[in-house]
Amino acid sequence: MAALDKETTDKIDVAYVARLARLYLADTEVQTFQGQLDHIVGYMKKIDELDLSNVEPTSHAVTLQNVFREDVVKPGLAVEQVMANAPAQVSDQFQVPKIIE
Amino acid sequence: MRYLTTIGLEVHVQLRTRSKMFCGCSTAFGAAPNTHVCPVCLGYPGAMPVMNRDAVKMTIISGLMIGSRISEFSKFDRKSYFYPDMPKNYQISQYDKPLCVGGSVEIDIDGVSRRIGVTRIHLEEDVGKNMHFQHSSGIDFNRAGVPLMEIVSEPDISSPEEAFAYLLALKQILLYAGVSDCNLEEGNVRCDVNCSVRPEGQKEFGTKTEIKNLNTFKGVLNALKYEIPRQVDVLESGGKIFQETRRWEVETGVTIAMRSKEYAHDYRYFPEPDLAPVVTSCEQIEELRRNLPELPRTRRERFIQQYSIPEYDAGVLTADVAVADFFEQSAKLSSNPKAISNWIMTEMLRLLSEREMDIRKVVVTPAALAGLVKLVDEKVINSNSAKEVFALLFEKGGEPDQIVREKGLVQVSDSGAIEKFVDQAIAENAKSVSDYLAGKDVAAKYIVGQVMKMSRGKANPQLVASIIEDKLKVEKMKRGG
Repeated sequence: MAALDKETTDKIDVAYVARLARLYLADTEVQTFQGQLDHIVGYMKKIDELDLSNVEPTSHAVTLQNVFREDVVKPGLAVEQVMANAPAQVSDQFQVPKIIE
Repeated sequence: MRYLTTIGLEVHVQLRTRSKMFCGCSTAFGAAPNTHVCPVCLGYPGAMPVMNRDAVKMTIISGLMIGSRISEFSKFDRKSYFYPDMPKNYQISQYDKPLCVGGSVEIDIDGVSRRIGVTRIHLEEDVGKNMHFQHSSGIDFNRAGVPLMEIVSEPDISSPEEAFAYLLALKQILLYAGVSDCNLEEGNVRCDVNCSVRPEGQKEFGTKTEIKNLNTFKGVLNALKYEIPRQVDVLESGGKIFQETRRWEVETGVTIAMRSKEYAHDYRYFPEPDLAPVVTSCEQIEELRRNLPELPRTRRERFIQQYSIPEYDAGVLTADVAVADFFEQSAKLSSNPKAISNWIMTEMLRLLSEREMDIRKVVVTPAALAGLVKLVDEKVINSNSAKEVFALLFEKGGEPDQIVREKGLVQVSDSGAIEKFVDQAIAENAKSVSDYLAGKDVAAKYIVGQVMKMSRGKANPQLVASIIEDKLKVEKMKRGG
């Protein structure tokens, strides 16, 4: 969360976050979302008005813990089903543009 | 100028579970593409992950084996990045609350033992596999969601050889712990290597590079043997090292800078809301600690003490936990553990390596080997016949005494019978006899060989040798020696 902490102390850099998320936004969109996000962050900052010095930071809103399943194999989907939603396929695999490292 | 090297390793180990980390899909290797997948590991919206209990347990056991502190509170986080082999566009991993913190692995370099610190062990899911076709790539998600334990070392490693020794020691511990098959051919263990150099005397570390996704230990060794001098050369010629990710090219033996992915290092971790935290009580940790398998080093020391075998033997026998188990089961049934050790270190390991077999698959039982050693010790069979019996046990299994009876291998220690063979051999090998009498002692060995042949290998060789010696002495006197 380090990266976001840094951002939220001031403003969210919408253009940067959009690039990370592979979203291509027009300048006007960046402005619109910037305004909306600033508003949301400002709203969340109301929390700062409370005295939270004795409250532990939480990572989860519910109090559940240790939700496990046993190590048992269950059949997967049929390959036809798996590929049914693939926009493109090659040899029963999801086809993507050539990956160059 | 002398340079100091600093190396840290991130080792990804596939855990030995039957099903994936967050769903019931099989982890079996080698299935047809996209046949071990479901909505969870394909990252379908709304599909909910549920933690594999055994994967968490195995990670904690691994931590205990290397002396980690086990976190009473641990949680999972989403690591966001985009790559075609990752269906959700985030990987479920652990950021600030890993399951295990700290620990160390002991290595031996040139007889000196050192501890390499471990920073943490966390649990995460593997990604899919890319196949490259002529004009496109294909993604197989069978491996996506397979549980991976990431073991991060401290930057304590100072040479390629130490890195190699660390990996071997770690693998041995994990095999002893039974938490991974550590099968490198199947990609069970993969390493990322961080490495930097700095001039001697400089306090702060140099700029590091990361070599990604090495899937053999030799690869780690060779990549470092290339990368360290490369960095030194750059600095010596007044250049600068860039913090970058590099790839090891096996064919050409060089590391190459990978196209840097822009912003790739801003993973924007945040808590995985779909998974509840893992809370492990002191009692649970102590329970696991009590049932922990012995460490390879502890077992080696114990073998030396308990079975009075040389340090060398103990080292060979404990290298593979299954070999150590076989030895121990057999030695417990025998009054001659050293002989058991000899059979395993020579015949057994030779046959296993010739056949590329695993000792877990052999048909010869520890009890049969103990029985064979007893037959030799009681001089029921000689060592020639014992080799024959071992070979049969290795092929078909069975009981050694039964094989000895069936094959008629009981040692002939009846001196009358042996004398007959000796007389015949002396009569038939006049040349060897006169050679011996002319002072060539080795000629007697040839006659021993002839007698052993006549007895079809069953004669007691010591008895044969002494009878021949006596007879030849008599012969010598007869000829006026």
